[in-house]
Amino acid sequence: MSGVDQGLESEAPAGASNGDGRRPAIAVLDYGIGNLRSAQKALEKVGADAHLTDSPSMIEEADGVVLPGVGAFGACMSALREAGLDEQAEQAVADGRPFLGICVGMQMLFEESEESPGVAGLGLLPGRVVWLPDTVKRPQMQWNRLSCRPFADDSMAGRMLRGLDGSWMYFVHSLAAEPSDLTAATVDYGGPVVAAVAADNIFAAQFHPEKSAEPGLRLLANFVELCRDQQGSGADINHAGDHAADLHPAS
Amino acid sequence: MRAIRVIPCLDVAEGRVVKGVNFVDLRDAGDPVKLAAEYDRQGADELVFLDIGASHENRDTTVAMAAAVAEEVFIPFTIGGGVRTVDDARSLLRAGADKVSVNSAAVARPELIAEIAREFGSQCCVVAIDGRRVSTERPEGGLRDEADTARTGNGLDGQAESRDASDIPSGFEVYTHGGRTPTGIDVVEWARRAVDLGAGEILLTSMDRDGTGDGFDHEMTRAVTDAVSVPVIASGGVGGVGDLAPGVVKGGADAVLAATIFHFGQATIADAKDALSSAGLTVRPA
Repeated sequence: MSGVDQGLESEAPAGASNGDGRRPAIAVLDYGIGNLRSAQKALEKVGADAHLTDSPSMIEEADGVVLPGVGAFGACMSALREAGLDEQAEQAVADGRPFLGICVGMQMLFEESEESPGVAGLGLLPGRVVWLPDTVKRPQMQWNRLSCRPFADDSMAGRMLRGLDGSWMYFVHSLAAEPSDLTAATVDYGGPVVAAVAADNIFAAQFHPEKSAEPGLRLLANFVELCRDQQGSGADINHAGDHAADLHPAS
Repeated sequence: MRAIRVIPCLDVAEGRVVKGVNFVDLRDAGDPVKLAAEYDRQGADELVFLDIGASHENRDTTVAMAAAVAEEVFIPFTIGGGVRTVDDARSLLRAGADKVSVNSAAVARPELIAEIAREFGSQCCVVAIDGRRVSTERPEGGLRDEADTARTGNGLDGQAESRDASDIPSGFEVYTHGGRTPTGIDVVEWARRAVDLGAGEILLTSMDRDGTGDGFDHEMTRAVTDAVSVPVIASGGVGGVGDLAPGVVKGGADAVLAATIFHFGQATIADAKDALSSAGLTVRPA
């Protein structure tokens, strides 16, 4: 990628801008599934103090929580429940802390998935997860270009996706959430496919920001910023007016 | 939208890139992290590291390399070569690799594919297949015309010693151990079976074309892309960026892999993407 934004590099002490100097603590929920190190390393790269963890106390104290996931919906849900992390995820969302779901970690936030009929999702978001159209190759394993829906600058979608309309992200998936009012961005893959959703303190991406080069790191940096605001203050992200000047609504 | 991926392949041994990579401004041409970062900067869509010195003694250095790359490089990368067990796969994936690729070990014990897919998901299980055209000079006869009339065998049960045209109906035979060992197995049948077992992607290399610069073997690529539902990476034979688009247009590949043209400064990733783009294909801009 040309034009890598040096602002994403974390050589400068992250958190230096916010007085107390502490990098926001982010818990990446570790329930034994897949490659989680990439998510942790990418968050550290953009200024977080990120931990792969299943420790309730560490998760409860985190400023923000990330739920990753790869593989099958049913297998991920049972592993998550077995580790007791379903309750931790629900608590973090209920607390209003910034919450990021990635890939199957996004899909688990919904009520159910066609991939694993009869398995209940977390149900933190309404709706279901459905197969990609059978007119296209499954999985979608490629980079694709985000098309952001119009958003308010100070909304969750606005704060996470600012400047990212039209950027390319890396996808590996065979299912996706059904389009709804929560849809924040789509990609074209045999028709519009939901790429991101946003609601209150939840943002979820079907793509892998930790594997999407500079635009992916930018999105994670936006998340770290939300967590920084959360730090100490418990700030309501819907009223983060001090950032409004930086934001660019999608056209 | 289907966007074609451009994938540089780096050969490594004992955690170092070998066979030389010649970037002008790079002091240590053997440092996998620096090379990976450079390809990331150039706009590569993914990276493949092939451990050619693969022996069990150096697994730890390969795992350490995966961890070092994962610290600095935020595009997907695959590690192949010497992955023989679920534990091998686990250590590489836990270290930060996104996918592992299996080859000889999967031919020897196909259940390895199912085990990796079950444990970590199909998306991280790449099956690498090295294929060669069945020689027309073989005494027992492997002519394609004959092969086409004998499409009954599944090719997988055939023993090497009993190999004949009916074992290789597609005319392309699987080789293992870096392309040295014929197996008597049909490339297309093996690809199908690998996908049935849980392979999420096929990395298909023509050993006839590898190193020649004559372009991909489009016939073999097409035979496999027509047979399987998962993405196929075409590999082997790229001598210039003009060879890339035919792998997609003629071969039906979803991604193109090359080594030499990128490593020695003959072409940048941007050149490769321009060539694909000029052929009317969609790529993520470099």
